[in-house]
Amino acid sequence: MTVYQPKDAADLAETVAGLGAPVRIRGGGTRAIGQCSASDVLDLSAISGVVDYEPGALTLIAKAGTPVSEIEALLAGENQRLAFEPMDHRALLGTMGAPTIGGVFAANVSGPRRIAVGACRDFALGVKFIDGTGRQLQNGGRVMKNVTGYDLVKLMAGSWGALGVLHEVSLKVMPAPETEVTLVFDTPDAEAALAVMSGALGSPFEATGAAYAPEWGKAYLRLEGFETSVRYRAGELQARLGDAEILQEDASRPLWRDLGNVTDFSEAGYVATVSIRPAHMPKLAARLSGPWLADWGGGLVWAAGETGDAARITDELRGFVAEHGGHCTVVKAPEEAGLAVFQPEAPAVARLSDEVRRKFDPAGFLNPGLMAGA
Amino acid sequence: MQMPEPDSNTLAKKDRLEARIVEAIGRQAVIGDEVELRAYECDALTAYRCPPMLALLPRSTEEVSKALAICHEMNVPVVPRGAGTSLAGGAMPQADSVILGVSRLTEVLETDYTSRIIRVQTGMTNLAVTGAVEDDGFFYAPDPSSQLACAIAGNIAMNSGGAHCLKYGVTTNNLMGVTMVLMNGEVVELGGAHADAGGLDLLGLICGSEGQLGIVTEATLRILHKPEGARPVLIGFSSNEVAGACVSDIIKAGILPVAIEFMDRLLIGVCDEYSGAGYPDCEALLIVEVEGSEAEIEHQLGLIREIAMRHDPVEFRKATDADEAGRIWAGRKAAFSAIGRISDYMCLDGTIPVSQLPYVLRRIGEMSKEYGLGVGNVFHAGDGNMHPLILYDANKPGDLETCEAFGADVLRLCVEVGGCLTGEHGVGIEKRDLMVDQFAPEDLEMQMAVKDVFDPKWLLNPAKVFPLASSEARRMAAE
Repeated sequence: MTVYQPKDAADLAETVAGLGAPVRIRGGGTRAIGQCSASDVLDLSAISGVVDYEPGALTLIAKAGTPVSEIEALLAGENQRLAFEPMDHRALLGTMGAPTIGGVFAANVSGPRRIAVGACRDFALGVKFIDGTGRQLQNGGRVMKNVTGYDLVKLMAGSWGALGVLHEVSLKVMPAPETEVTLVFDTPDAEAALAVMSGALGSPFEATGAAYAPEWGKAYLRLEGFETSVRYRAGELQARLGDAEILQEDASRPLWRDLGNVTDFSEAGYVATVSIRPAHMPKLAARLSGPWLADWGGGLVWAAGETGDAARITDELRGFVAEHGGHCTVVKAPEEAGLAVFQPEAPAVARLSDEVRRKFDPAGFLNPGLMAGA
Repeated sequence: MQMPEPDSNTLAKKDRLEARIVEAIGRQAVIGDEVELRAYECDALTAYRCPPMLALLPRSTEEVSKALAICHEMNVPVVPRGAGTSLAGGAMPQADSVILGVSRLTEVLETDYTSRIIRVQTGMTNLAVTGAVEDDGFFYAPDPSSQLACAIAGNIAMNSGGAHCLKYGVTTNNLMGVTMVLMNGEVVELGGAHADAGGLDLLGLICGSEGQLGIVTEATLRILHKPEGARPVLIGFSSNEVAGACVSDIIKAGILPVAIEFMDRLLIGVCDEYSGAGYPDCEALLIVEVEGSEAEIEHQLGLIREIAMRHDPVEFRKATDADEAGRIWAGRKAAFSAIGRISDYMCLDGTIPVSQLPYVLRRIGEMSKEYGLGVGNVFHAGDGNMHPLILYDANKPGDLETCEAFGADVLRLCVEVGGCLTGEHGVGIEKRDLMVDQFAPEDLEMQMAVKDVFDPKWLLNPAKVFPLASSEARRMAAE
């Protein structure tokens, strides 16, 4: 096994141009999931560092191997943050290493706040990458509004390295709120939880988190902003949705960190996410026999199970979304189960995706086999 | 503006093409009469006109599919059209092309308030989408100034923005799924009522692709509950620099207004005279709008006032009621009409990093003197999306050309300081030849390779977005 560790963009381009065999692209090494067939590794950790940060313009440019923690610390110094709340997979997957911004971007990793503000891709302003032939390419830029040419930035966000090796990304950042609270509602079943979550998300009171833990029978709503505003909205929401227990900032923050990182399922042998129409959440819930959680107002369901049930649960989840729309991604499963990570696509979409991949990486050297059809 | 030479072989196919399409989708969906075709000879970039061979107005996705399949088989270029409000020439025909308009696709297909989505046919206007849900307290957030007329299809093609996108994002951030017809007639579904892509984000790629990858006939859009209230404040400054610094300070303070609009001296005067908004006599003016309950609005405006006062404003005027709010917005909203009354003008759309604002405005002022044409500036200051309005006289020979050269220089300046050619209007034909200033040849090549996947024969809106010289080999191969 060869491990390539290029030191800058030019070195990376040269490395990729000279590849004679496929590589698995590695950022922080925190998500060792998938069926990538390459044995050699392309390690981006040396291409690291914040290139530019302009707090007054809400923009940040960083090299792909920059640890997310470094970026978060820098932003915190200006009272700003990555609003899409990237998940840290380490607790769930039992991995070491440090999540990198390139890895977050490549997998479009977002957290609970996605339901209110958007995913990583919605904050992605620009990208520089090396395609499978070693060409240095870029798209987008560092400004918030840009419709110049095709939006390859969105395409690269969530392309899992299969279209190119990211080496620099630029992101929109957001102000951090003055405070936050969480309203905890007793909700006996999925229907009741959905009513609370949709009631809040479909109100003017701007919840930035809406999750449901069936095991505890609780629905959680997060409110962020100026202290006076948060207090006001908490009152208005309770007037409409019923009384709730209120967790202040010091209890609210760790709650959402754990919900977002899905630490409840760290012991599970199998974990998958299902992205669905929020209104379908109770219907899906009725079919689940193992542990599960709902985030994104019901639009994201985390399902867990025993290692031995991995294939059966995956089939059930994929069957549900085939019928009702959405997609299921396997996040944690034993290698030997041989499960495809991604939801199989409709033939016409799969063909387009395959052809796009071939344009970017004709030889299939970048993370081959990780995404469907590669 | 150069367009490709019409292909005589294609022109010669007109009668046969018309007959086949009429047979497939009916006489009523096909316009072939030369006089009627005049209605389709241009979009809102009215300086350039060219009637198409035919205009097709299908009534369903199936009819769009049938029409495209025939054009594909007969190698006839197709120019998609929403409501024809493009300022960049995105819907301008070429002589040997067929216009395919979605104006008859105007149905609401579904609303789901639990999941906060609406599914519509894309001929619906932007404002009609909000109209369909506002009785229930909801709205569709992207609000381009043409929202009364512009169609969702065009919004998706151009990834349209609007004044309130600082908080709510642009079209791509509010688009969840599409039904799209490929040039060969194949119908594909991307996304839906759920979040994010399960594979490659083709939906993100489609949005803003200027009708070059497919024709979107249905869309699932995110809808939001309306805020309890909204109120603007008007702040006048003695210089552009100070206004720019104030914008930056507001953002850094953690306040997230829904809109921060900027106007310079020329625009302040013209708009005030036109609308009677009562704007102060000053160099630069900001309109900052915040949302929430009465108390939340008061709190945010208090913070904004505190910040503004540090910059020694000429005036700080808080709207106290709806009437006053309306007057503050009236001038800004009438900006284009007000300018149009005093002169012909060209509206630019470059975006710059916010920190470059004072420098760029100063350079635009210098260029204005060099070119001998007046210019006014109005723009979305929170996100750096500028709209310089260059004044010219359409009846004076050479003036339009001078204006275009000036405009091109301004856009190059935007790119030079780290920005881009277009923030929300799109490239179309207008900025096509400037793409080489923003992109290296291999970056353009990669984008064109993406079009190869969706439209291998390069029949969909082929003479747009990419410089003609860059796309020539591909367009020729198709013929």
